[in-house]
Amino acid sequence: MPRAEPAILFAALGDRTRLRLVDRLGDGTPRSIARLGDGLPISRQALTKHLQVLERAGLASAVREGRETLYRIDPAGLLAAEAWIGTVSAQWDSAIDRLKRHVED
Amino acid sequence: MTDKIEKTTLVRAPIDKVWRAISDHREFGSWFKVDLDGPFVAGEKSTGKMTYPGYEGYPWLAWVTVVDAPNRLAFEWTPGSDAPDDPETAPRTLVEFRLQPEGDGTRLHIVESGFDALPEAMRKSALRSNTEGWTIQIDNLTRHAEG
Repeated sequence: MPRAEPAILFAALGDRTRLRLVDRLGDGTPRSIARLGDGLPISRQALTKHLQVLERAGLASAVREGRETLYRIDPAGLLAAEAWIGTVSAQWDSAIDRLKRHVED
Repeated sequence: MTDKIEKTTLVRAPIDKVWRAISDHREFGSWFKVDLDGPFVAGEKSTGKMTYPGYEGYPWLAWVTVVDAPNRLAFEWTPGSDAPDDPETAPRTLVEFRLQPEGDGTRLHIVESGFDALPEAMRKSALRSNTEGWTIQIDNLTRHAEG
């Protein structure tokens, strides 16, 4: 059961810090890096790197507001993650077919 | 988003044969399309490489939790991520195979659960998921992943 394609999404989410960032952005309010990092024990550089990973995975996007860069959640990325559950389900169907062929023949 | 995926099916083979196909790492590998390094042992890590066409060489990593012949096998794995930053702390789902004899065959129940370990935001967005667009997206992704 390869899980490669939406894997980029889940690789992006396969990290506690990034999960927390997505959680914080989940209410739809754009936030600055400083606000996103509130209470997280990591540097601004590390935070920027994590946000870039989320951006590449289509889970967050950056918007300029004056001199500040704000990050917001990207619904398209989340929809794709959701669709991934459907993919996993279809992959189980296909795995079950292969199992049946293996034992029933 | 649902917390689990459940599949129930009647396999036309006796339970011992189905159990072997699931619990013997070589037999499991031949239908699941993975080359496993060693047997499934409860409490131990299972490693290997996918052999699924198009995805050869992708790492397989699971933590076996239950091996209870001939009724139950369970393992945890990290959904989706081929290379999570830290596989030991990445969110995991639990996969359970349950087997019961039924007539001449075997009732097989497969549950993958724990998708709620994924972020709250994803679960919220999942509640709005029953749209046509979503179905089409699944088709696309399925074709992509399986094609």
